[in-house]
Amino acid sequence: MLAFIIKRLANAVFVMLSVTFLAFVIFRFVGDPVDQMLNEQATQEQRDDLRERLGLDKPFLLQFTTFVGRAATGDFGISFRNQRDVLDMISERFPATFELVLVATFISLIVGVPMGVITAIKRQSWYAETMQFTSIIGISLPSFVVGIGLILVFSVWLGWFPAFGRGDTVDLGWWSTGLLSHSGRMSIVLPALSLSLFQITLVMRLVRAEMLEVLRSDFIKFARARGIPARSIHFRHALRNCLMPVVTMTAMQIGGLIAFALVTETVFQWPGMGLLFIQAVTFVDVPIMAAYLCIVALIFVVLNAIVDMTYAVIDPRLRGAEK
Amino acid sequence: MSDQTSGKAVPTRMERFWDSDLWWSFKSHKSAVGAAIVLLLVIITAFLAPVLSPQNPYDLAALELWNAELPPIWMEGGQMPFLLGTDVQGRDILSGILYGTRISIIIGIASVAVSLVVGIGLGLMAGYYGGWIDNVLMRIGDVLLSIPIVLVAILVSSVAQQFLPPAFREIGVAAVLVLAIAMYSWVQYARVVRAQTMVERRKEYVMASRLVGTPARRLMVKHILPNTLTPIFVAATLNFGLAILIEATLSFLGVGMPPNQPSLGTLIRVGNQYLFSGSWWIVLFPSIQLCILVVAVNMLGDWLRDALNPKLR
Amino acid sequence: MNLSQKLHRAALGGIAAALLATSASAETIRWGAPRDIVSLDPYSYGDSYTINFLNHIYEGLVRYNRDLQIEPALATSWEIVSPTTWRFTLRDGVKFHDGADFTAEDVLASLQRVSDDTSPLKGNLPAYKSATVVDEHTIDIELTGAYPLLLNDLTNIHIFDKGWLVANNAEKPTDVSAGIEGYATFNTNGTGPFILESRTPEAQTILTVNENWWDEAKHNLTRIEFQPISSAATRVAALLSGEVDFVDSAPVQDLPRLAAADNLEVLERTDLRTVMLGFNRRDELVAGGKNPMNDLRVRQAMQMSVDMELIQAKVMRGKSRNAGALVAPSIPGYSEALDTPAAYDPEQAKTLLAEAGYGDGFEFDFVCTNESYVNEEQFCQAIASMWSRIGLKPKLDIGPTAKQTPKRANGKADVYTLGWATLPVLDTYSLLVQVLHSKVGNSGVFNWGGWSYPELDKLTQSAAVELDQDTRLQMETDALKIAKDEIIMMPLHQQPMAWAVSKEFSDLPQFPDNKPRMWYVTK
Repeated sequence: MLAFIIKRLANAVFVMLSVTFLAFVIFRFVGDPVDQMLNEQATQEQRDDLRERLGLDKPFLLQFTTFVGRAATGDFGISFRNQRDVLDMISERFPATFELVLVATFISLIVGVPMGVITAIKRQSWYAETMQFTSIIGISLPSFVVGIGLILVFSVWLGWFPAFGRGDTVDLGWWSTGLLSHSGRMSIVLPALSLSLFQITLVMRLVRAEMLEVLRSDFIKFARARGIPARSIHFRHALRNCLMPVVTMTAMQIGGLIAFALVTETVFQWPGMGLLFIQAVTFVDVPIMAAYLCIVALIFVVLNAIVDMTYAVIDPRLRGAEK
Repeated sequence: MSDQTSGKAVPTRMERFWDSDLWWSFKSHKSAVGAAIVLLLVIITAFLAPVLSPQNPYDLAALELWNAELPPIWMEGGQMPFLLGTDVQGRDILSGILYGTRISIIIGIASVAVSLVVGIGLGLMAGYYGGWIDNVLMRIGDVLLSIPIVLVAILVSSVAQQFLPPAFREIGVAAVLVLAIAMYSWVQYARVVRAQTMVERRKEYVMASRLVGTPARRLMVKHILPNTLTPIFVAATLNFGLAILIEATLSFLGVGMPPNQPSLGTLIRVGNQYLFSGSWWIVLFPSIQLCILVVAVNMLGDWLRDALNPKLR
Repeated sequence: MNLSQKLHRAALGGIAAALLATSASAETIRWGAPRDIVSLDPYSYGDSYTINFLNHIYEGLVRYNRDLQIEPALATSWEIVSPTTWRFTLRDGVKFHDGADFTAEDVLASLQRVSDDTSPLKGNLPAYKSATVVDEHTIDIELTGAYPLLLNDLTNIHIFDKGWLVANNAEKPTDVSAGIEGYATFNTNGTGPFILESRTPEAQTILTVNENWWDEAKHNLTRIEFQPISSAATRVAALLSGEVDFVDSAPVQDLPRLAAADNLEVLERTDLRTVMLGFNRRDELVAGGKNPMNDLRVRQAMQMSVDMELIQAKVMRGKSRNAGALVAPSIPGYSEALDTPAAYDPEQAKTLLAEAGYGDGFEFDFVCTNESYVNEEQFCQAIASMWSRIGLKPKLDIGPTAKQTPKRANGKADVYTLGWATLPVLDTYSLLVQVLHSKVGNSGVFNWGGWSYPELDKLTQSAAVELDQDTRLQMETDALKIAKDEIIMMPLHQQPMAWAVSKEFSDLPQFPDNKPRMWYVTK
């Protein structure tokens, strides 16, 4: 058990080191920070001077170790464009992204689970078939097209929901939330919906597959034989048994959603980390690009490691089956 | 699953297998048939684009600014030959869609092909040699899979485009996109092939040929590939749809195809700027085409997965 | 700052700011901007959009009035004591937002700060040598030589409070390279009509009214909510659905729709900014090979083959003003005689190309950005298409400014776009010395094509020290004529600028410098 956890942690650390290396390569070789930071009127002398002060003339390996050392303490340097501490900028915008992802996940569970159950127990009915069919569309529609469509219909034509931004936020110390104000709640509806579309489909399909498997199992057959009502069998016994994989998948998908939110954030001008990243890409603000990459990978890796380890605790058979 | 097929049919008889079960399943799935027809139509028209379209939208000299923003033909002010209207450069929307679809499909196919070749090759290597080679390759795969694909693709594409020399820019951007997308998906194939190779390596004929001193590599490849064909084929179809989506997303975000060589995503990005000015056709038609294309591919992939999965049959 | 310090600071700040909900009040204007300001420190980044916005918080010694004439602001009067010394008398009774008195020491500290060696804005005050405090409300500014444009420069030099700078260790401009964040990057203390309430970069910056402003307030706003919305379509949608009240740089294609909306008013005029094309004038093209663009006939052909009237009608929606000269009419040095746009004549262009020996055209790199100028992506494509039709083979390279500027500045572009508004001095001299002059020393910084016209250089240098206004302007006009005859840069148009504002607001002045001035607005 301990060996497994250590192995899993070592793996996570290795992945993080590699990602940091990637981030460093981008940081070091993309664009010229000197061009970014100085006014266009700067002379060659000023440029050389700045290059020296930034340590860009030092050997590669030394630069990398310095980078890793600083990154480990959360110091990703200063944004070229905003001249602010990069970690500060990202953490300021983390709540926006996280709330969006949370609400999207919530929507996907609320909608996806019942749909999955229905498509599983009424396999042949027309509505189950329709749902199954729609789910393919849901997985195929590009999220930016969906976003543009939602804005056009619900903000511009109907005027029900705001087209951009987070609305008013309430500052809870280190966390700023949009969920406590009316305009904030209205603002999150469209982006969360557009982000959750893909997720709804995933949840629905997973629940359906799991349900089908469980319904075939002996204990359900036994329950049926005992005369327990179908509704109770489906929702109390069968569903409960397939929730574990749903929870696992949802947890693992959160990392992916945080990254994928950048498309939604761009369409809805949602002031989260993803929008910051996309703007950094446009402005070649390399410290932000590098830091965002590391942070998203960290979230991803930590979530995956936790899920794996929890699984190992719950189900010892998996410990050996990792390979 | 693997043993079943190798026992049932000799690899050269794969065609028979296709003809029987799969074809039957295909014919009985209306949605699969429909998707296949639509997909075929989209692909054929895209590749016949130079013949079908009234204009070459990539030829700068063919664009006539006088024809800018004409509405579709059925609306007032619509003009032949611009069936679906024109964009702000006087580019025929229909031609733009056909050529754009062609680019999207080429990038999709190319990235799947590249990742297949790389994935199968590395998978065989990892499985056959094992040891540190295996370790290194699989760790690289782990690292890639632990960064979300959109992020990798955006970074690779925006970074690599900076280093393109001007002479290669036109084909270079597409190549960069192919690599950016393929970088991620080869891992899947490599894992499947590696697992199968490890099974195969322990078989007697391999052991025997080792003892004799002649490597059994070629023979092994012949045995491994057919056994992994099914999962790889399903994954490749779904990845093809994913590749098209990612290309469109990158182009929409402005790190993909440039506006003078628009793919579907680029057309949507540019058209989005004219959403409120009344020229809705610039964004609407490319969006519809993109959705149709991806839905058709995914529908086929979905059916294929169910049809080839013996558990569900 | 390491992680634990950060968390600590965040926690402390949190207690103070806990549950501070923000809400819109009656006299709030919600401003949807195309981009965010980059810093709260006007001296930390050479960015005119930032400096313009910060003018709501900070002020200079002098300012432009409604007619773009210079009028007193923090200085009430000035005199030229000697050709190189100017004496400014400062306004009495002005207080900074934190209550400190405004004195000559503040001016001295600000001038020293902006002209510091590490200041990116050093170039905005080129003639400054030193300053001496005469008494509490008088200061002498010493220049390196006779320089007629000092007042123009000073309109954009914002004045800080010395005591505040010293107390917060911010006397020097934020030095990005040292890896420190400056206090002034996040905090402000100016004398202007509005006070900073809060700022979240790339999300929202909120200003509230300064009740103790020295000038009589013409506005009645109590609050400005500034939010960047970089996607033009989203910006328009937000305006149409009433989520913002004011938008600067509304897309020209959306103006009819915005004007048709009941609750909106569209303000438009042509900008001072002249958009032009520059040519690579080195011996070789970027991709190698002899550079045909050193032949005047080739440049003439390239100019003649571009149908600016068509571009104006279709791409710019009739909102731009086609230009024959490199500066806009209201810029001193402009001459109507030079402002004759080249006639469109593709046949003649082909003949000229053939004469020059390039009848089959040639390949070259055409570098554009996608957001620097109004509809740039579109007009670049249109120009490339027109050039293709006379047989040239432009290779269009469109990308974000941050990626394109290094290419242009390092001579990796054969043809490139450049817009020049002559800000902040509002004089042709700015174009001459920065763009058209040979690249020597601090001159010709934007001479990205690498040309050299000694005669033009001489005129520019003479104009720099000529104190007689008429003689100086004539020199500048003469220099512009050389630029026109030689097609050093090819003028395209003065670009349109368009704002849209909710009808609830009035008196928003729109000057051709494209700088929203909320201190005139009433609701």
